[in-house]
Amino acid sequence: MASLQHSQAIKGAKVLMVGAGGIGCELLKTLALSDFQDIHIIDMDTIEVSNLNRQFLFRQSHVGQSKAKVARDAVLRFRPHISITPYHANAKDSNFNVDFFKQFNVVLNGLDNLDARRHVNRLCLAAEVPLVESGTTGFLGQVTVHVKGKTECYECQPKPAPKTYPVCTITSTPSKFVHCVVWAKDLLFAKLFGDKNQDNDLNVRSNDAARSSEHAGDAFEWSGNEDLEQYGRGIYDHVFGYNIELALSNEETWKNRNKPRPIYCRDVLPNRMTQQNGNVDITDDLSSASAMASLGLKNPQDIWCLMENTKVFLEALKLFFTNRRKEIGNLSFDKDDQLAVEFVTAAANIRAASFNIPSHSLFEAKGIAGNIVHAVATTNAIVAGLIVIEAIKVLKKDTESYRMTYCLEHPSKKMLLMPVEPFEPNKSCCVCSKTPLSLEINTHRSKLRDFVEKIVKAKLGMNSPLIMHATALLYEIGDDLEENEIANYTANLEKVLSELPPPVTDGTVLTVEDLQQEFTCNIHIKHREEFDEEKEPDGMVLSGWTQAPSEKKDDKTSIGNGASTSKSLPTKLGITEIDIEVKEISGGTVSPGTKRKLSEFSDGSTVDQSSDVDQTRNNKKTQKHDDDGGLVMLDHWDSNMSKKQRSP
Amino acid sequence: MDGEELTEQETALYDRQIRVWGADAQRRLSKSHILVHGMKGTITEFCKNIVLAGVGSLTLVDDRAVTEEALSANFLMPPDENACSGKTLAELCRDSLNEFNPMVRVSVEKGDLASFGVEFFDKFDVVVISFCSLATKKLINERCRKLSKRVSFYTVDCRDCCGEIFVDLQKYNYAKKRQDGTTECELQYPSFQEAISVPWRSLPRKVSKLYLAMRVIERFEEDEGRKPGEICIEDLPAVLKLKKELCEAQSLNESHIPNALLERLVMGAREFPPVCAIIGGILGQEVIKAISGKGDPLKNFFFFDSVDGKGIIEDISDPRPKG
Ligand SMILES: [Zn+2]
Repeated sequence: MASLQHSQAIKGAKVLMVGAGGIGCELLKTLALSDFQDIHIIDMDTIEVSNLNRQFLFRQSHVGQSKAKVARDAVLRFRPHISITPYHANAKDSNFNVDFFKQFNVVLNGLDNLDARRHVNRLCLAAEVPLVESGTTGFLGQVTVHVKGKTECYECQPKPAPKTYPVCTITSTPSKFVHCVVWAKDLLFAKLFGDKNQDNDLNVRSNDAARSSEHAGDAFEWSGNEDLEQYGRGIYDHVFGYNIELALSNEETWKNRNKPRPIYCRDVLPNRMTQQNGNVDITDDLSSASAMASLGLKNPQDIWCLMENTKVFLEALKLFFTNRRKEIGNLSFDKDDQLAVEFVTAAANIRAASFNIPSHSLFEAKGIAGNIVHAVATTNAIVAGLIVIEAIKVLKKDTESYRMTYCLEHPSKKMLLMPVEPFEPNKSCCVCSKTPLSLEINTHRSKLRDFVEKIVKAKLGMNSPLIMHATALLYEIGDDLEENEIANYTANLEKVLSELPPPVTDGTVLTVEDLQQEFTCNIHIKHREEFDEEKEPDGMVLSGWTQAPSEKKDDKTSIGNGASTSKSLPTKLGITEIDIEVKEISGGTVSPGTKRKLSEFSDGSTVDQSSDVDQTRNNKKTQKHDDDGGLVMLDHWDSNMSKKQRSP
Repeated sequence: MDGEELTEQETALYDRQIRVWGADAQRRLSKSHILVHGMKGTITEFCKNIVLAGVGSLTLVDDRAVTEEALSANFLMPPDENACSGKTLAELCRDSLNEFNPMVRVSVEKGDLASFGVEFFDKFDVVVISFCSLATKKLINERCRKLSKRVSFYTVDCRDCCGEIFVDLQKYNYAKKRQDGTTECELQYPSFQEAISVPWRSLPRKVSKLYLAMRVIERFEEDEGRKPGEICIEDLPAVLKLKKELCEAQSLNESHIPNALLERLVMGAREFPPVCAIIGGILGQEVIKAISGKGDPLKNFFFFDSVDGKGIIEDISDPRPKG
């Protein structure tokens, strides 16, 4: 009966899918089988081998081709008469503007990063097109419906900022393996093989600044004819030996910490790995050289001992200089670059040994360094099915039955798939409710560039922002700017806020706008002199909608995209609290999960409001669940927003 | 860790899922042998999932010729019936599944499932049947249970917006992992016959209505000598009469099986693709859990109805101690 009921709404619908990856492949297939006739699909990615275990529309022979295009062709094989329009492009491209979005009846997201999700959310709000959003990590998944004015938007709930680590944890006081990986990847690898002009905090901060910089100058430069093993040993001793000794000299640091031990290459590997050979045989062979292969190490799951790590370190370094000479100076870490992963694994493990942190296999280190998503086909298939069910409700305008659904790993109240009623829009959301924000910043020290990078781009997620102070334009990014405008804006970037024309000082209201996203927000500036380097590393604090609810920080969620699995369910007084995590996977950073608390009450009995639930949360509502159409309501972080209480 | 390591090719292909269930589980998967019957939408989804996951082999049983109905929720076949002429459903699906993952051996076994003897099932670790009569379900389940090794048995059915999975892992031991540590668990599963014989009165008060409704439909088709899914709206009065009789015999209030639900199941013999994807996904996860020994397997029924959106586990076992 389903097909008859739905057929009218489905057949006339024009839908946009953003993302043709894990969820996207499943979604496109299920849409086609469900009789959708007009599907557009955007994806900028090309197919990789590690996609093939779950992105079933792709084959080995498609590696390197556009996901959107190959997915289209594959689906047309079993549904040749429908229309699928692929775009091998970034969803943030300017041609995908509000007018483009307006042609669709519903937008379905199968994305893997926060930035693109926020961008699509704003375009859907501006174009007034309903959005069905989704995400998966391992066996966990989530599907939500966002309809302007009816349900919350994607950004109504604060999204956790990508996980960053304080600089000195990485440079001086690592306590977890991930800190060593970040050091090896972002500092050491970047220093040796990346852009030499980039700032780099590799060298330990020392009270004796002159001493450290003087010593550092030469160690990293390869003279061009120096024996490569000798050169590698020099770097090894510098970063794992000398720098650790230097760090130990800052006694203050080690008062309450275990001291690291310096490691020198000769102590681990007294004999040379190869015969001294003055003439390095430089081949510039770009084929995938591997230190593991040349050392006979086969299993990426093995944990290497210190000597093996040392060998891999020296061998990988040598291979970069012999086989990939031309790339040096332009390399950035790539998880699919075998040699880079080998080097970073070895370096991270040697550093871990210094700091008495357990070693990890290449497989594990690769996952951490590359922020690799834990992904299986089954969760994606389930989530795609749920997206189509919600999409059909949206097309039928069946507002009352919209649900947000969680896929759980362990059942809660017997449920593995748990639907909950969507939330009302958050009145203090700066995206869908245009609520102003406030920014504490040192207006005498922070430059406009800092504001643009750390707030406008990173926090507000704007691509082509325009910054205004009353009627004066301070900054703009766009295609059609005059030369003198560009010069003017470039000059402004380097000025501190209080010296801009006109000056931005305490009490100023800045208007920031993204024309493509049709998103504007006002920011009240508050001057503040000092910031805590550890807790406020940006040197500025944005508040308003990004203010997270006072949730307990939970260290268990801190590492990696999928390091945590769903949790056990502590039960108290008949109330089950579940922390559901749906991970945001962002480009190069590790991010913690979004958390929502769910309170359920056994057998639909009335709530004892006096039970020991956090005061701010005890204003929740529940509905009796019946087996027919019953549902569970999540308590909202702002209970005044609760649907049943809202006055029209 | 047992024995052979994964090859470099396997590690590259399965990288993302090894990060979910580990290399050890991946090795076990690659040595497992699965049998499926009933190549409709849900089984097709399931096959896709486990072929991608990298099981050792998959054997398909379905001698039916291609029909328009069989194609409706199936993405493994070209939609042109003529292009499929001469081949059975299983053969057509095999050709597509083989492309999904060259490391999995996909083959077809011809014949009537009910005619296969006990020894036939000995070749498999997992048997999943769909589109089978009540009698066949019981029969195959009993044959799996006669073997000395454990053959995990599953039935799956989707009608309209609803789906049902039944699981029989016989006696299953596993390490239950939680935040506060690992505990050894033993689960004792009833057979399909034992499960559906549990008196309705002794079921939990809020047991899924879908469980009861599916039993009525199953019984109706059995009594009338119909093939599974061979039912239509004209049968509704007879189905409602049967419901009344069954409820009376079991002394259960009739309101536990809403007529509207039966009406949906009677009219929607055809599968709804999003539900196939969901049920095929859950079933895939369960089979992967059972083979790998990782994760809590569900015991022993799973229900999904897209009308309320809940995916519910029901434990339907005889509460009385064995005697
Ligand atoms: Zn909002």
